[in-house]
Amino acid sequence: MLHFTTSKIIFILSVVALAIFFCLPNVLPDSVVKAGPSWWRPMQLGLDLRGGSYLLLEVDTSTVFKQQLADVEETARNALREADLKYNNLHTAEDSVTVSVEPSDVSAARSALVKTESGLVVETQGADRIKISIPDKVKRDRELAAVTQSLEIVRRRIDEFGTSEPSIQRQGADRIIVELPGVDNPERVKALIGQTAKLDFHLLEPGATGADAKDLPPGTMLLPGNKDDNQMYVVRRHVELSGERLVDAQPSFQNGAPVVSFRFDTAGGRRFGALTSNSVGQRLAIVLDNRVISAPVIKGPIVGGSGIIEGGFSVEAAKDLALLLRAGALPAPLLVIEERVVGPGLGTDSIHAGASAAILGGALVVVFMVLAYHSFGVFAVAGQALHMLSLFAVLSVMGGTLTLPGIAGVVLSLGMAVDANVLIYERMREESFAGRTLLSAITAGFSNAYATIVDSNLTNFIAAVLLFFLGAGPVRGFAVTLSIGILTSIFSAVMITRLQVWLWYRSGKRRELPI
Amino acid sequence: MLQPILRYMPHEYRFDIVGVRFASYLLTAFLVLGSFGTIAVRGFNFGIDFAGGVLMEARAPQAIDLGHLRGEINALNIGEVQITTFGSDGRDVMIRVPQQAGGDQAQNVALKKVQSVLGDGYEIRRTEVVGPKVGGELIISGALAIALAIIAIAVYVWFRFEWQFALGTCLALCHDVLTTLGIFSIFHLDFDLTTVAAVLTIAGYSVNDSVVVYDRVREMLRKYKKMPLPELLNSAVNKVLPRTLLTVFTVLLTVLALLILGGSALRGFSIAMLWGLFVGTFSSIRVGLPVLLYFDLRAEEGGAPSGAAQKAA
Repeated sequence: MLHFTTSKIIFILSVVALAIFFCLPNVLPDSVVKAGPSWWRPMQLGLDLRGGSYLLLEVDTSTVFKQQLADVEETARNALREADLKYNNLHTAEDSVTVSVEPSDVSAARSALVKTESGLVVETQGADRIKISIPDKVKRDRELAAVTQSLEIVRRRIDEFGTSEPSIQRQGADRIIVELPGVDNPERVKALIGQTAKLDFHLLEPGATGADAKDLPPGTMLLPGNKDDNQMYVVRRHVELSGERLVDAQPSFQNGAPVVSFRFDTAGGRRFGALTSNSVGQRLAIVLDNRVISAPVIKGPIVGGSGIIEGGFSVEAAKDLALLLRAGALPAPLLVIEERVVGPGLGTDSIHAGASAAILGGALVVVFMVLAYHSFGVFAVAGQALHMLSLFAVLSVMGGTLTLPGIAGVVLSLGMAVDANVLIYERMREESFAGRTLLSAITAGFSNAYATIVDSNLTNFIAAVLLFFLGAGPVRGFAVTLSIGILTSIFSAVMITRLQVWLWYRSGKRRELPI
Repeated sequence: MLQPILRYMPHEYRFDIVGVRFASYLLTAFLVLGSFGTIAVRGFNFGIDFAGGVLMEARAPQAIDLGHLRGEINALNIGEVQITTFGSDGRDVMIRVPQQAGGDQAQNVALKKVQSVLGDGYEIRRTEVVGPKVGGELIISGALAIALAIIAIAVYVWFRFEWQFALGTCLALCHDVLTTLGIFSIFHLDFDLTTVAAVLTIAGYSVNDSVVVYDRVREMLRKYKKMPLPELLNSAVNKVLPRTLLTVFTVLLTVLALLILGGSALRGFSIAMLWGLFVGTFSSIRVGLPVLLYFDLRAEEGGAPSGAAQKAA
């Protein structure tokens, strides 16, 4: 049973060769690795080792629902107007929109409202009131769409920002994880991600000043200036043109001052032309996230669909605004609910600390095993070396990430994995003391220890897998190295050690255990 | 030629583990009740992962005047800030700001305040900001991970052995987890996500140990049908004792390497592992084994070639 057929030996050797092959990208120079196929790559280092920023963002879904209600109110108003129905008291309550119509118009109003948007629930309340509510499913769909769209826009903004190898992933229902290797001051990125960047063009109410906040003319609202909270503008509520129509925005200069130049799509350009020719002499309010960036006087029709925004920007601010406008507006605000930043200095120190701990731990185990078991100890060490190789090979080929706790997992598994060897060898010794012959003691050692090794490692594996699913960040890296390490250690302890013991047994007239 | 050092060690032990079980029950009771007590009285020193707030690690150009820095940061009025220096030349400082009232934005405001006190001279090596919501979720998922691990391991042992063994494993695991938590409570060590990782690793290690002992018990139950149970359990433990000692020693070597060279980020983890190594090893002998005494294991085993029957060639 100790016997190995040639095909088995070839199999084991090819596993060893494969492990070495997949480990190579970690030690070869970059130029060689780049030339190879994409699955032949080195391990990724986690942010805690290479330095960088980790941001956990949450989409503020409550505003999504508010916006949804506001949209329903707007479409209801338009639908009732188009159907030529008299209505009053149209307003948004906590989770629905209600409106009063003439009792005779109720059914006509209902059918007009039902047509507006599919999925809305339109009910009659009393003789003349109609209630429009949004069912949970529609609400959830909209939230889901908002998260998906946010993810896309965050991705676009970060791509435009130009950091290397960013990772943007969705987490759970309404969260986004952003990982930015090498970014150790994420303030600018956070400002970029956190801004809704909803750009609208309104007209200023002529003659009204911000001072008389109490009695605003109907259909207007009071908005603060971008730089100065005390500078208030009276802006007409009606959105003349929105930023969705933009196709491009670039930072540039006008009279030496940084500005943002923009271009509309065809429809937007036409509307912009019409707006500017109809309102010559009036002031156009350029509103970003409910703040007036600038309010220039329209001097003449602007045709051709492009224009500039001047707002006393710094060069950087003009660049960021252009980027935000290009990437599009977020459907809902994003909140940063967790932030972890590791500077490059600490990352390097951590790699150093992890590597020295691994070398010391490994060396101690090697010395001890050889002292304890002599030649069989060397076999165990060779098995462990392969265990390490295959662990790194699996991590590399799976695109796994090595974190500092992950290195700790590797170091620990060095100590724990020799347990399998110890189990086998101690069993051999015991069987030999019990009076068995050499070959029978060796065979019994392997076969009796085998079930124990599998049981004890599988239970360990269960804990590691749970840690992976329920842990977060670097701790998951630990779970990954631990669980892969358990699997590779079973293989190396059982197969590699056995092969060596068998070769040892064959290589001479062996009479007793060397341990 | 030098002999393998194992030749100098006894290859047979005769400890009467079962005989001294009442003394070990006392010890177990002391550890468990003590852990409960300290957790109840002192609670945990939750790290940033669970408590939320702001953590910042910075390095100054020269040795830090801690008193001066403390005065400046306390003047910010952002709650009870912990400021500790570490490293050999006193240039590294760790600043921990408690959770600020007012949600996620308030944490960032506090961070900016601390940054402005430090100024440009400091190299900011690490910043972590954890909002109130995330901290709470991480506590829940950490506790869930530990609880599920214990249950999953017990189920596995139940299927591979018998339910009495699963019960023993479960008790031993609870003991390990509880006493590790107790150590973190009594020494007020930072309790964070890596601690949960350490607790789960300890659980995995401890059950590994229990399984090795149980495996031998099962084997002997089949082999020696007449041997009285206390004697059998004793003999099983003693037979696997050389292996237990050797494995503890090799794992100990690696844990020490981590503790000495792993740096501050792994210190809590290494301390937990060091403790867990001893607790985990002894719990399988002290808790996991005597539990079996109270059941008629042979009635279940019965010599029937059931699912539990494994090769004992």
